[in-house]
Amino acid sequence: MSSSLLFVLLVALSVLAFQLGKARAIAVAGGLRGVRDLHSLPGHYGLLTAIWCGLPALVVFALWISLQDIVITQLVLADLPANAMGQSERVLALMLNDLRNVVAGNVPTEMVSESTRVAAAEYLKLQRIAQLALTVVTFAVGIAGLLVVRARIRPDLRARNAYERVIEWALFACSAVAVLTTIGIVLSIVFEATRFFNIVPITEFVFGTNWSPQMAIRADQVGSSGAFGAVPLFAGTLLISFIAMIVAVPIGLFSAIYLAEYAPLEVRKVVKPLLEVLAGVPTVVYGFFAVTTVGPALRVVGEAFGLPVAGESALAAGLVMGIMIIPFVSSLSDDMITAVPQSLRDGAYALGATRSETIRQVVLRAALPGIVGGVLLAISRAIGETMIVVMAAGLAANLTANPLEAVTTVTVQIVTLLVGDQEFDSPKTLAAFALGLVLFLVTLLLNVIALYIVRKYREQYD
Amino acid sequence: MNNTTKTAEQTQVLVRKSLARRYRAERRFRLYGIAAVAAGIGFVVFLFGTIFAQGASVFRQSYVQLTIVYDPETIDPADTRVPEELVEADYQALVRTALRERFPNVEGRSNLRELYGIVSSAASIELQRRVVADPSIIGHRETLWLLADDTVDMLLKEKVQRSAPVDERRLSDQQIGFIDALRANGTLKLRFNAAFLSNGDSRDPEQAGVRGALTGSALTLLITLLLSFPIGVGAAIYLEEFAPRNRITDVIEVNINNLAAVPSIVFGLLGLATFIGFFGIPRSAPLVGGFVLTLLTLPTIIIASRAALKAVPPSIREAALGMGASQLQMVGHHVLPLAIPGMLTGAIIGMARALGESAPLLMIGMVAFIVDVPSGITDPATALPVQVFLWSDLPERGFVERTSGAIIVLLLFLIVMNATAVILRNKFEKRW
Repeated sequence: MSSSLLFVLLVALSVLAFQLGKARAIAVAGGLRGVRDLHSLPGHYGLLTAIWCGLPALVVFALWISLQDIVITQLVLADLPANAMGQSERVLALMLNDLRNVVAGNVPTEMVSESTRVAAAEYLKLQRIAQLALTVVTFAVGIAGLLVVRARIRPDLRARNAYERVIEWALFACSAVAVLTTIGIVLSIVFEATRFFNIVPITEFVFGTNWSPQMAIRADQVGSSGAFGAVPLFAGTLLISFIAMIVAVPIGLFSAIYLAEYAPLEVRKVVKPLLEVLAGVPTVVYGFFAVTTVGPALRVVGEAFGLPVAGESALAAGLVMGIMIIPFVSSLSDDMITAVPQSLRDGAYALGATRSETIRQVVLRAALPGIVGGVLLAISRAIGETMIVVMAAGLAANLTANPLEAVTTVTVQIVTLLVGDQEFDSPKTLAAFALGLVLFLVTLLLNVIALYIVRKYREQYD
Repeated sequence: MNNTTKTAEQTQVLVRKSLARRYRAERRFRLYGIAAVAAGIGFVVFLFGTIFAQGASVFRQSYVQLTIVYDPETIDPADTRVPEELVEADYQALVRTALRERFPNVEGRSNLRELYGIVSSAASIELQRRVVADPSIIGHRETLWLLADDTVDMLLKEKVQRSAPVDERRLSDQQIGFIDALRANGTLKLRFNAAFLSNGDSRDPEQAGVRGALTGSALTLLITLLLSFPIGVGAAIYLEEFAPRNRITDVIEVNINNLAAVPSIVFGLLGLATFIGFFGIPRSAPLVGGFVLTLLTLPTIIIASRAALKAVPPSIREAALGMGASQLQMVGHHVLPLAIPGMLTGAIIGMARALGESAPLLMIGMVAFIVDVPSGITDPATALPVQVFLWSDLPERGFVERTSGAIIVLLLFLIVMNATAVILRNKFEKRW
């Protein structure tokens, strides 16, 4: 039986359980007239029955589906002829790949070795057995739950409370998903990154100035299949983010000041959403814009001044990223400026300050921590931004501060290392996880600092 | 009187003297603000302007009108009429014959090759499709509009100037002569390009369409919505209505805020390591994409849903509890129905963000060249923004237009989604 059909049948079984539970409750109460003697409404008994019928069965179903492939693969591998077991991990992985292809029907059986063919047949057989067992087990669990609850239905069974407790746990489980995600991120990245640091020493990664993961000269020499000094990547990321900030901070801050302090309400109503459109545009669009419009334009301008501008200059990527970040800076600064109490402004006006003097010397100073927090968030955004730099920045790891040259960034390298064919044990692939770890830690740190500054500042006027 | 103290009169003189300077500074400051706003709006206009200028033409495409003779000798010499035989036939030859009939004076191998280059290779596939669908047309003639080559298309749309050097325009002078002759009698012109929305990806710009990518995006978003909306709303309800104030809920809250700011590419790494590496779900599948985007949009939805729940006044809760409702009945019967519009708004905004996201999808392999339209959640697929990324990398000039066209389609979807969210908010937002 196919998994989706089984799922539908399990849901149908739960609906049936609801009806049976409800009918049973009415029956033990002695018909509809006796319902007032029940602790809960008849529907609550039905819901309780349905939950204990459906929930365990669906949990078994989900676990089984997600683990079936892993278990069967292990079983098949264990059954492989003895000579295969002596092979290296790499050969085993290759066989496994063949096996998967045969099972999926991508490769005709004639094209693979005898042992793989046997294994594939074995795999399919086990898969059929597993599917059958899954059907039997889930139905058995569901029906057992149904019968147990149904037998326990009595007028004094506190069905509503029991059912609500289950729902509350389910709601808690929903909010725990966020924590599980963080744990998942940390575990998966740290695990792969440690494997990388076992091959390449962490000091070389953090302080090395030579990055060329692609140059595997001798395939058997795992540890030295390239250079993994990430300093050029960090420098490139910082350079591009710095250019982006030079664009975004003045424009964002001044438009926030204008919109919050000067602009009439009607102008503000129109302009603010218009600026926020920039935040809603997908980053891949910015990337395309940088490649097809800004990059060539910069080259033309550079030629006019006799400056050599690289085709994928840091300047083009940084400028476009700056445009993307403007709305972040402007809306966060706007919030902070409008949060400054009017009394501070009135005080400055009363001393004879002009509007701009008030803004510069009173409002901005009061809002400064919040604005700094906003800028930090924007920096973290710029560092983690991927598509613009993948499309508009280069691949070559140059260690330079010249914005007209091509540089590469952490995110670009993650994408380049991981897109395409890959194996999980090569240092090239693992390096991407090490870079991911750095990225995660840096952005996390920036966010924590930013949120701390913003929160601390807010307390002052509350 | 010493120098350090000033009389009121002197101060007034000083202030008056500085006033002009201070007013100038004031005007300057204000001007900076206006300039910044103008720059911001200028960027919006310029960005959208260039994209639309480059991409609007994608909805029209050059077609050549040719009279095709379905010659039985070429298509089916054995007269079997079996689809397997018909598929094998040389349909290119039919197009070539038609072109030769159209220009009887052209002779010589290289000249003929240039003539054949006017029509796209997709034309023969179109003929094949027609014959297999209805073998009875063999032996008849039919006048059809067939796809022109992308180089011809670029010339007709004036994306390439005819004065450009030959290797830039990729058309010879003779081919331009053919094009002019065809245009003169109206058998080569721009027609509405429905194929852009109904075709999958292709290596030929004139045949490439966004349907595969759109379907991939739709499948991915469907999974994202089905998972992230219930989980997000559930989490928001727990945190707003049930959670005790203790360390565990604090941890969860800090977590959600931090997750909202984690770079999207990190979610891609997570998806690669867990869903593909550990659970063995096939790469490139919308299923994995949906899982990753669920985790990515969850913080957005939770934060929006919590705001919607907070907006429901406590009096409603107190009234329900006062009538003897349990905590869950209070939430389910009274608070949730009032908060649902706000939650839906948040969900739509989260979905819009997921639709535009491409970096995590690159990590999990939804970046392959896939011609077929995916038909299920485990088929290899790509997504609309990833399609934009893929096309933007291709050297043919025709793909610049296709890329912009795909961006226009993407932006239209985003505009519709965001507009729906705004309308929903304005319609259902209640001030208590």
